Amino acid sequence: MSIQNILETMEYGVAPEDDSQARKWLAKHEGGFGHFIDGAMTKPGDLFEVRDPASDTVLARVTQGTASDVDAAVSAARKAQSGWAKLSGHQRAKHLYALARHIQQHSRLLAVLETLDSGKPIRESRDIDIPLVARHFYHHAGWAEILEDELPGHTAQGVCGQIIPWNFPLLMLSWKVAPALAAGNTVVLKPAEYTSLTALAFAEIAQECGIPKGVINIVTGDGETGAAIVGHEGIDKLAFTGSTDVGRILRERTAGSGKALTLELGGKSPFVVFEDADLDAAVEGVVDAIWFNQGQVCCAGSRILVAEAVAERFETLLRARMKTLRTGDPMDKSTDIGAIVHPSQLARIRELVEKGASEGATLTQGSAPQGCFFPPTLVTDVEPASVLATEEIFGPVVTLTTFRTPSDAVALANNTRYGLAASIWSENVNLCLDIAGQVKAGIVWINSTNIFDAGAGFGGYRESGFGREGGREGMRAYLRNPAAATGKGKGTTPAELETGPADTIKGGEIDRTAKLYVGGRQARPDSGYSYQVKGGKAVVGLAGLGNRKDIRNAVEAAHKAKGWGKATGHNRAQVLYYIGENLSVRGAEFAARLESFGASRKAAEAEVETAVARCFWYAAQADKFDGAVHATKSDFVTLAMNEPIGVMGLVAPTAQPLLGAISLVLPAIAMGNRVVLVPSQTHPLAATDLYQVLDTSDVPGGVVNIVTGPRDELAKTLAAHDGVDAMWYFGNAEGCQMVEAQSAGNLKQTWVEADDARDWGARAGQGRLFLDRATQVKNIWVAYGA
Amino acid sequence: MKTEMKTETRAEGALVPTAAAAGEHARNPGMALDVGMFEGHRVNRAAAERRCATLTTRRSVKKAHQAAWLVNAVRCVDLTTLAGDDTEGRVKRLCAKARKPLASHIEAGLGLSAGELTVGAVCVYPTMVPHAVKALEGSNIPVASVATGFPAGLMPLHLRLEEIRWAVAQGAAEIDIVINRELALTRNWQGLHDEIAAMREACGDAHMKAILATGELETLNNVYSASMVAMQAGADFIKTSTGKESVNATLPVSLTMLRALRDYGMATGHRIGFKPAGGMKQAKEALAWQILMKEELGRDWLNPDLFRFGASSMLGDIERQLEHYVTGRYADSSRHALA
Repeated sequence: MSIQNILETMEYGVAPEDDSQARKWLAKHEGGFGHFIDGAMTKPGDLFEVRDPASDTVLARVTQGTASDVDAAVSAARKAQSGWAKLSGHQRAKHLYALARHIQQHSRLLAVLETLDSGKPIRESRDIDIPLVARHFYHHAGWAEILEDELPGHTAQGVCGQIIPWNFPLLMLSWKVAPALAAGNTVVLKPAEYTSLTALAFAEIAQECGIPKGVINIVTGDGETGAAIVGHEGIDKLAFTGSTDVGRILRERTAGSGKALTLELGGKSPFVVFEDADLDAAVEGVVDAIWFNQGQVCCAGSRILVAEAVAERFETLLRARMKTLRTGDPMDKSTDIGAIVHPSQLARIRELVEKGASEGATLTQGSAPQGCFFPPTLVTDVEPASVLATEEIFGPVVTLTTFRTPSDAVALANNTRYGLAASIWSENVNLCLDIAGQVKAGIVWINSTNIFDAGAGFGGYRESGFGREGGREGMRAYLRNPAAATGKGKGTTPAELETGPADTIKGGEIDRTAKLYVGGRQARPDSGYSYQVKGGKAVVGLAGLGNRKDIRNAVEAAHKAKGWGKATGHNRAQVLYYIGENLSVRGAEFAARLESFGASRKAAEAEVETAVARCFWYAAQADKFDGAVHATKSDFVTLAMNEPIGVMGLVAPTAQPLLGAISLVLPAIAMGNRVVLVPSQTHPLAATDLYQVLDTSDVPGGVVNIVTGPRDELAKTLAAHDGVDAMWYFGNAEGCQMVEAQSAGNLKQTWVEADDARDWGARAGQGRLFLDRATQVKNIWVAYGA
Repeated sequence: MKTEMKTETRAEGALVPTAAAAGEHARNPGMALDVGMFEGHRVNRAAAERRCATLTTRRSVKKAHQAAWLVNAVRCVDLTTLAGDDTEGRVKRLCAKARKPLASHIEAGLGLSAGELTVGAVCVYPTMVPHAVKALEGSNIPVASVATGFPAGLMPLHLRLEEIRWAVAQGAAEIDIVINRELALTRNWQGLHDEIAAMREACGDAHMKAILATGELETLNNVYSASMVAMQAGADFIKTSTGKESVNATLPVSLTMLRALRDYGMATGHRIGFKPAGGMKQAKEALAWQILMKEELGRDWLNPDLFRFGASSMLGDIERQLEHYVTGRYADSSRHALA
């Protein structure tokens, strides 16, 4: 084309990235790739093709990992683990530093491979993915170095199984591998079957760096290979990033296995634009939110919520901006939107969009070339129930809905089962921070979106999973807390309940009725039955036989007590101190109750005394267990806030019925949660005595609810309840398995343990671990600039 | 890559109405002050900076396209000398470069006929206008004059207006006025509007570029407001800087001014030009600003009637890059004519 012609049109022309070096590397592996196990590439096995989605051509062939491949990888990792963990932090840091350095040295090869393999624009792999990968290894080289000082006593989990998705192949690898290695774990990682190439290149880089053999193992393959990792007995910790559906299956399959689990799942994140926002900035934010990586981003802002007052103007600006987006050749440096990773994903996007359109939604679309491409799409006239408003599309498709007021915006933002991220646009910092606190999301970006840094935790609320990656909170996910129960413990199985009248009841002079405690009121059990509570020698009283309806009522009451989470730490501390005070006043009564269950006087008094002390300890923590300000990027303040999880189900240990119950309730409510407590089935009366203490201690109704009865039946109802956000269960092995399996419904966080595994009367019965478990970290990114 | 894929874009998202005939849009007549068009408008600094940081990584022009884009930049240059030691001789040399910005072998290598390419204008101090007019006779290259007590603009208003009239009388076809920063910083929008409107009147048929001295306004909200007031007062162009502030043309400031210009166009239908000035020295900056113009406003704003670079040394770097395109060898400025 002549200069004169170009001067007429002023088009950009083509600007292709040179891919010859990457092609050369691929040609070297023409015979197919094996796995990376025990420090070497294995011989290729059954091969499947890896394709470039943009040109629909074969790039390479990789091996379908078998169960025995996974076995070999896990045993190599096991063999290497103790040696790796025994290295000094400094020695591990040197290895991670070398990885970071070599990733930078091979950065263009990795970027080009990533784009060939995944279809993402070269600009993104070059400027975003690969630099973040290097940053992640640098950051975690640092954690290896200072781990002993920063998290004393913490030890590696062991062998980590890691399954990663295809949207950010090497970046997700770094998010998994770097913290695991820093903590002294060894890994068996499976890249997504669509996008294995950068993981294999990384394996070569690991060899080049001299990472000890067996520390990093990479097994390629599809979901079956993944299942072999998930089900493998030699895996101590499992980390998964991917769809919520698969996450749910993982939760069920690993239930009761004792494997630690973190899940980073899907999202349907709100993108909230207030009327005082810089609308141009927000429009550009939409581009970065949903037209980044073809919208194949778990934290993509896929639901625009815009103030009705500015909706028309915002839409005008957005539609104009859509017209300048360029969809096409990912290897062209001027491409905004590349190829969809795989034809099957394209088909899924098309199907969802067609369904949405048939439901009455209006589509505005840019253009896209033939092939595995999908145009940028804006969906308007979309109702909250529409498939496009509720389902994660994982494509360049965004919905737009209007709202009237801030509270309307919050209601719409939270009207989803997900809770990964949120983006808030307003020039009013008062408004921004208020909304940031109210949205249910693990990551909140204020006047920005899709900003990532290794120094901040990433992870979701609700069905977006649990656990964090990045920052201090991310390191904890790869470490065993020294306060974790060490003695295995078998867990107790309470004797069968007896509901009929007892021969005699050895109680006080005046008969006492223990009821359930729901919403700050004593309540008769729905069943109308009571059961016998046995003491050392005889029956000492009756307790209400709670059932699923009582649990339902208790959860509802807990939900209504919303204000508790907003109370200041100081307010909550006062209430907890007051509980301690009142418990102390009635100490003799509680001790006598415990004695009646068969405890010695000395033990009973000690239990009460410890319970009182525990009130003070958690009262002290209520205003001190605070978050952090992470050092991330310039022009951002990144606030890591410890937030309450919400409504928690607590199933208390059988022994030490007062202390066991109080050891769970106190940390939970100190952090602002509301709880439904299932006390010791055998001796629930110590807990029901407690409600009088709660009543006199200014605990607002609904913050603590107590339902007595059959432990595992009630636990099951709680674990399966979609309105319960977290579940602590201290019981037997079957119960642990049951709770984890049942929790898959809404992917609530769980903490399950044999109830006799820790000494509740000792230090093991309290501590920061309990507070960690009672909170979730919300990272709020506040962009600033005068 | 050997694929046949074509990257597609739709028509650019032009929000300002198209002019009846390209290059012949009606002048902005201005309007009464309307603070509603800018008060309450908010510009987010961090977002503007992010947008600008990725502009040149999102778009790339290579080879022939890059050469053409650099040629286009030359068309849009206001070749400038604004120094205390300017003389007739200095101005004549500048004008010679304006008439023939590229060496003959580069013109030929680009397929341009001799004399076809000139810069957009020559920009000088008022007393240099007669020299420039003389030196550019018959070239169709307009002479632009700074005026109104440039660069500080703190002379009495009647003297500033008289300076405009004098420069116009000497043959300046374009007047680059400076706004009164005190009025902007104290939010005296009416006062600012009235002053600029008076300047516009004094310009008569000469086109008026309003220099906002954005480095001294500091915040992007101020930049947006001052841009809007200048356009409401009848500016044909809005211009970032005098070149004498400590911070001159930056991309975030330019982005903010372009959005103001677009919003004014959406509201009134008038097309306003934009001129970044000061601090731009490299050919790659010429590309960056043109990408900004095309992305934010569309192709029309890559023509000299709506876009000018206020620069002098940038031309030399462009010439070097173009020689490299033509010869394949890296060039040295000693072989090119001095501006």
